[in-house]
Amino acid sequence: MYRLCIAALAGTCLTGTLAMADTLPGELPVDPYEVSNANAGAEPVDNPDMFAAFHGQAGIDRIVDDLVDRVTVDPRIEEIFRASDLVRLRRTLKEQFCYLLDGPCDYTGRDMVAAHKDQGITTREFNALVESLQFAMDTEGVPFAMQNKLIAKLAPMKRDVVTR
Amino acid sequence: MALTPLSLLTRNTILCCTTAWLCVAGPSNADDIEPGGKLLLTRGISSVDGSGGGGIVPWALITGNETDRGIGATAHLTSVILPDFDVISYGAGIGLRDRLEFSYTHQALDTGSTGPKLGLPDGYTFSQDIVAMKVRVAGDAIYDQDTWMPQVAIGAVYKQADHGSLLSALGAEDDSGVEFYVSATKLLLAQSLLLGGTLRYTDANQNGLLGFGGTSEASIYPEVSLGYMLSKRLIVGGEYRAKPDNLAFAEEDAWLDLFAAYAINKEMTVSAAYADLGSIATFDEQRGLYLSLQVGF
Ligand code: HEM
Repeated sequence: MYRLCIAALAGTCLTGTLAMADTLPGELPVDPYEVSNANAGAEPVDNPDMFAAFHGQAGIDRIVDDLVDRVTVDPRIEEIFRASDLVRLRRTLKEQFCYLLDGPCDYTGRDMVAAHKDQGITTREFNALVESLQFAMDTEGVPFAMQNKLIAKLAPMKRDVVTR
Repeated sequence: MALTPLSLLTRNTILCCTTAWLCVAGPSNADDIEPGGKLLLTRGISSVDGSGGGGIVPWALITGNETDRGIGATAHLTSVILPDFDVISYGAGIGLRDRLEFSYTHQALDTGSTGPKLGLPDGYTFSQDIVAMKVRVAGDAIYDQDTWMPQVAIGAVYKQADHGSLLSALGAEDDSGVEFYVSATKLLLAQSLLLGGTLRYTDANQNGLLGFGGTSEASIYPEVSLGYMLSKRLIVGGEYRAKPDNLAFAEEDAWLDLFAAYAINKEMTVSAAYADLGSIATFDEQRGLYLSLQVGF
């Protein structure tokens, strides 16, 4: 609570906005940033069936949890996640996917440049994560054509995520 | 007109590749050279001419599993079984930093028992060696999903056919030729579609197997490919390739096919197609089964 207050103060003073309403217990504080759906990196899909095809919020939650479980053991990329706040990562990814799939969510995380600028991610590592996402969506039973509509939204974010 | 010995060709290819690799790689750290990393099917299969692409139309994508930080390679074996002929092609290609591609392919048209009907010995085989190079010049077919800009590559293909004197008797001007092409490829992920178009400057007769030139000059011919992804491993589609019609003794048609390509894993892709190669050396309706295996890393 004390930490949150400090963060809230700093956030309000520095940017006027802060993502604190949605943070989960166990999340570590981050430097203040401006909260905006624009941080999600793309506009939501223009397709009312998408959210249902991913089995709503519950389906998205399962996909993200599976994705995070996979990338944190994938020998190609697990090292990158060792120092990460996985509680926060799961929450913000769920928000982001829900938002991009035109679900009833706002994205409160950082923008893709800010979230990845220090990770030194390569194209190969980006693709490793895409593969895990595909496996997670397969496991959830999301039809391939629908999977591609989400990946189409994520693919251009490679320009912000891949720095090496 | 003289035949280029294969050894010379191969040596030139190796020299050329090494030089290009040094140029592309620059003085960078050896740790930077990492193999693999492409998503399934995104290296394409190997066309009959050896270039990364579909079966008969090259794509702007670069062969091999490498990304912009690595090196990759593929080898392929392809056969087309037609009513009156058999076509076989095999070769290998390397991809450098997902930007440059070099390939070598040997291609043969076996006339089998059709040979004697053409006044040739039984099992007479027309063949050619193909050395090709492709450079990706703009765009990104896969990641640029928020723009219409396709990936664009330009390529040069050197073909050296066998049996020069027979080819000139058939009306071909030359037994070797160089083709140039520009290829644009776009993955429309939201639609699970792959679109490709190529413009090729060529005077090859039956792809060069029956020599180059004849009744008209080299010109530009369009080629298109269309694919629909059914899963991350399976793509089905069709291709069309317009071709010159330069030999007075026999009409030549465009090539068409309907294909399916399946990535068994990151290393192996099998493809099958129903190919319509039209009329070949006066034998019409050469339609048959195309089969291809591509292995690589
Ligand atoms: C389009 C693909 C990707 C999307 C949409 C995405 C999304 C996100 C999101 C929403 C966050 C949390 C932002 C926040 O904390 O405010 C995040 C953080 C992170 N991402 Fe990604 N990411 C992508 C690709 C990757 C890849 C390929 C890797 C590594 C292989 C990666 C590694 C990380 C790491 C390590 C963090 C945690 C940073 C930290 O703890 O501060 N991401 N990503």
